[in-house]
Amino acid sequence: MNKLRTISQDNAFRLLCLLAAGIAGVLMLGFMVQLAVDSSAAWREFGLGFIFSSEWDPWSNRYGALPSIVGTLITTVIALVVALPLAFAAALFLTDAPPWLSQIIGNAIDLLAAIPSVIYGMWGLFVLAPIMQDYVQPFLIDDLGLGRIPFVGEYYMGFGLFTAGLILALMILPYMAAIMRDVFAMTPQVLREAAYGIGCTRWETAKDIVLKYGIRGLLGGVFIGLGRALGETMAVLFVVGNIMDMPQTLSDGGTTIASTLANNFSEADGLQRSALMALGIILFAMSFLIQIISHYYLSATKSKRGEAK
Amino acid sequence: MANKISARNINFYYGSHQALFDNNLDIAEHAITAVIGPSGCGKSTHLRIYNRIYELYRDQRVTGSLFIDGVDVLNEKVDVLELRRKVGMIFQKPTPFPMSVFDNVAYPLRLHYRLSRSEIADKVEEALRGASLWEEVKDKLKSSGLALSGGQQQRLCIARAIAASPEVLLMDEPTSAIDPVATLKIEELMVELKKRFTIVIVTHNMQQAARISDFTAFFYKGRIVEFGDTEKIFTNPDEKQTEEYITGRFG
Ligand SMILES: Nc1ncnc2c1ncn2[C@@H]1O[C@H](COP(=O)(O)OP(=O)(O)OP(=O)(O)O)[C@@H](O)[C@H]1O
Ligand SMILES: [Mg+2]
Repeated sequence: MNKLRTISQDNAFRLLCLLAAGIAGVLMLGFMVQLAVDSSAAWREFGLGFIFSSEWDPWSNRYGALPSIVGTLITTVIALVVALPLAFAAALFLTDAPPWLSQIIGNAIDLLAAIPSVIYGMWGLFVLAPIMQDYVQPFLIDDLGLGRIPFVGEYYMGFGLFTAGLILALMILPYMAAIMRDVFAMTPQVLREAAYGIGCTRWETAKDIVLKYGIRGLLGGVFIGLGRALGETMAVLFVVGNIMDMPQTLSDGGTTIASTLANNFSEADGLQRSALMALGIILFAMSFLIQIISHYYLSATKSKRGEAK
Repeated sequence: MANKISARNINFYYGSHQALFDNNLDIAEHAITAVIGPSGCGKSTHLRIYNRIYELYRDQRVTGSLFIDGVDVLNEKVDVLELRRKVGMIFQKPTPFPMSVFDNVAYPLRLHYRLSRSEIADKVEEALRGASLWEEVKDKLKSSGLALSGGQQQRLCIARAIAASPEVLLMDEPTSAIDPVATLKIEELMVELKKRFTIVIVTHNMQQAARISDFTAFFYKGRIVEFGDTEKIFTNPDEKQTEEYITGRFG
């Protein structure tokens, strides 16, 4: 009789898995090496000063990364600060709403996530930026008096870092909401009832029990959103202003690493090309750092969150 | 003995499905009342009215009155958060919150009272002692509540339930997921707790009901068939159905 199953088949399967994992690792390493080699000229020329210089002058061939880094950080932070509470609230609503309603809104959110980023960019340029200029910024800056706060800025152009951050928030919102909704659904119903049972409100149950229970998944959702915001190019390109100077306020035009790359790559050569590669490495490192911080945070707060060790 | 809770003409509906029919029941203060009956007869449903936990679900509905200390708590005007502080609930499966042992017990305190750190620490210790858990966890208050054994977790939930000084404890099969030794511990604990609280327990374990309860209600198909002193129910019940159920000859 022929054997149906053998251990060697299983070994073959394991080999296949190993191979797949290996390819991912090799690709990653390949990217790193390539970026390192191509950017070496810039690092040799400018050293670590590259990171702290805000010059970007192709005529005299001086390049610095600071405006791009700062722009990336500012837009990402704005995006997170705006999107996080909205996504949390949307996900909460979806878990609590009647099934038919949450179905409809859930589908709408999934659809939002499927819109190509260039559409967000165009919408930002033609719709959001004028609205920002005509209504939102005047309201925030003059009527609410936020303009007096340092770094907010006292003029309104419509485009700029703040608008770019809002577009990013809109883009990552559906991702984060969808992931958070799934995480909320994972919390055992009896745990929720236990929370209500000791007199928690809906909000307390959400923030103290459901959130803590699903923190891993939630952080996963946040980091996917963060990663998208960090690396997003097209949507930002349209509204950020693409100004290579150091931004002084949130209302200023600026640039991000990704949009600097997209803007300059086609005509760059020599040292400029190398400087762009160096920017690429910095972006890479930023995403990496975020991963490491999140892992560190999760393991450092393990017992506090009550995960069994 | 005074009645702590009086259920009057309680009917309960899951959507269009009626699960309880004209339940009338008096729960004596500082006593253990056992609720028994075959699976699906409405024991949990009945219990879940006492702290209005059923309200979390849109399609669940109750009619009738439930008096606690003379106040109809089914009235919309009653503060449900305060009701749930007064009426604690223990579930079949232990439900420790995803936080440390200490925080599990401190959490309801912080929710309902404004207390200093040292007051909270004192009350947490008191509640853990009250749940006969202190000696076992006093060295690992900071570790996860989920890292305890099943029986310890259940006592942690009891400690959490009694921390905010409730008056009634509802227990829905609190020992059915727990080994016999841990079960005995919890039974002893309940007898101790009834000095301070009014306890209603749902159980499938006839010996348990006979051992610890003062009164017993027998539910069948959503109706309360018989209610009285535990001793009478288990030795000389009035109804044939009750007798058949407790002797295990249930058809
Ligand atoms: N969420 C629900 N939706 C619809 N019907 C339900 C729901 N929960 C319970 N029921 C029905 O209500 C009736 C009573 O259920 P209940 O859970 O109160 O029984 P029980 O006596 O606690 O049973 P068990 O001993 O198995 O826990 C059953 O017929 C059950 O099918
Ligand atoms: Mg039940």
